[in-house]
Amino acid sequence: MSNDMKKKLKLKVSAIKDGTVIDHIPAKNLFTVITILGLDKIENQITFGTNLDSGKLGTKAIIKVSDKFFENDEINKIALIAPHAKLNIIRDYEVVEKKIVKIPEVIKGIVKCFNPKCITNHEKISTCFSVISKESLELKCKYCEKITSQDQIKMY
Amino acid sequence: MKKDLISITDYSKDEYLKIMKLAAEFEENPNQELLKGKVVASLFFEPSTRTRLSFETAISRLGGRIVGFADPGSSSATKGETLHDTIKMVSNYADLIVMRHPLEGAARYAAEISPVPVINAGDGANQHPTQTLLDMYSILKTQGTLDNMNIFMVGDLKFGRTVHSLLMAMSEFGNPIFNFIAPEELQMPKVYKLFLKEKGIRFFEHTEFTNIISEADIIYMTRVQKERFSDPIEYEKVKNIYILNNAMLKNTKPNVKILHPLPRVNEIHTDVDSNEKAYYFTQALNGVFTREAIIAHTMNLK
Ligand SMILES: [Zn+2]
Repeated sequence: MSNDMKKKLKLKVSAIKDGTVIDHIPAKNLFTVITILGLDKIENQITFGTNLDSGKLGTKAIIKVSDKFFENDEINKIALIAPHAKLNIIRDYEVVEKKIVKIPEVIKGIVKCFNPKCITNHEKISTCFSVISKESLELKCKYCEKITSQDQIKMY
Repeated sequence: MKKDLISITDYSKDEYLKIMKLAAEFEENPNQELLKGKVVASLFFEPSTRTRLSFETAISRLGGRIVGFADPGSSSATKGETLHDTIKMVSNYADLIVMRHPLEGAARYAAEISPVPVINAGDGANQHPTQTLLDMYSILKTQGTLDNMNIFMVGDLKFGRTVHSLLMAMSEFGNPIFNFIAPEELQMPKVYKLFLKEKGIRFFEHTEFTNIISEADIIYMTRVQKERFSDPIEYEKVKNIYILNNAMLKNTKPNVKILHPLPRVNEIHTDVDSNEKAYYFTQALNGVFTREAIIAHTMNLK
């Protein structure tokens, strides 16, 4: 990214004093990320920008959450839809730590089972998958034992 | 911790062997009052007379009493009650739940809700672990061992849950070889072939049912159902080549046994029935002893 673009970005999304900046979210998944992280239910100050230019993703989104520091488990929930997301931890306007998201071993309650005959698609059950492949993203349903693959993944 | 049996992989190799040993004991002495004073709920959300009768015979031989329903029409499930609520209620009444359900994963979910053990008697196309254990008992009884078996699986290997579970369970034993005979559309799913590859277990795939079965120790037949084919012409092409008849058994090994989860339609010609290599009806009887063993193990009675 050129310095020029970096400046533009900074102008578009204001800086925060303390908190977390989540960068490199695919633009189309911004609102899903917000829902998964429960950002629509907290009272912290949140700013976001979307449809920003990104060399890697085409268009990307960025979220800045003031006074919020995520646990790894919490943030890794977004790995399925924002695998390239980067976190900057900000204290007193300075980046003090950078983190990348990692796909967790178990995914609970985010993804629907692709199997129409699975009990989780018929009763109110929180889904649970074990990740059997992180590269090609294959999720094995704890209940019906069928494998939901990347192109079949649908979020709630 | 309670010992549910939902998937065949819930048991370790030691548990497989324990079930085999107990099944042999129950075959010697089927009537043992181990469930005296206990109530077993038999919940068949989907009718399956054979499996239900086999379980209910096992429970009766163990001296237990049975409550439940045999078809979903007579249960509150049709009045819109959730599986969750049915299991919550029934698990208050009974000491053990045996359940069959048309939806996949239903048994695992029931086991999470229930404080009493759950035995899966079939959940959709997913699992039917007691069938697998009776298949293993049949292999052990007729071959004297579960090691070094050359197992031919024939027919619908794509949707046939019994062959999938048998493959998983037999892979725990020494040096098995699998031969899969199926039409293109019904071949063994990739995930099971990968599993065998990772374990270094040999397997071979065939589309025609030929004299290769002369190598077999076990021939496990399954139904090829017309509705599994996207193209009816494809079904017409294969429907007759997967029928086992008596003449085909001429050059097979003397120890070979023909297994089938039953009911058969026409995949085994009736002229096989009188051949001593036909074992499917005895296999069904083995189900009662095996289920007695599973119940005793699940309830910590043996
Ligand atoms: Zn499922």
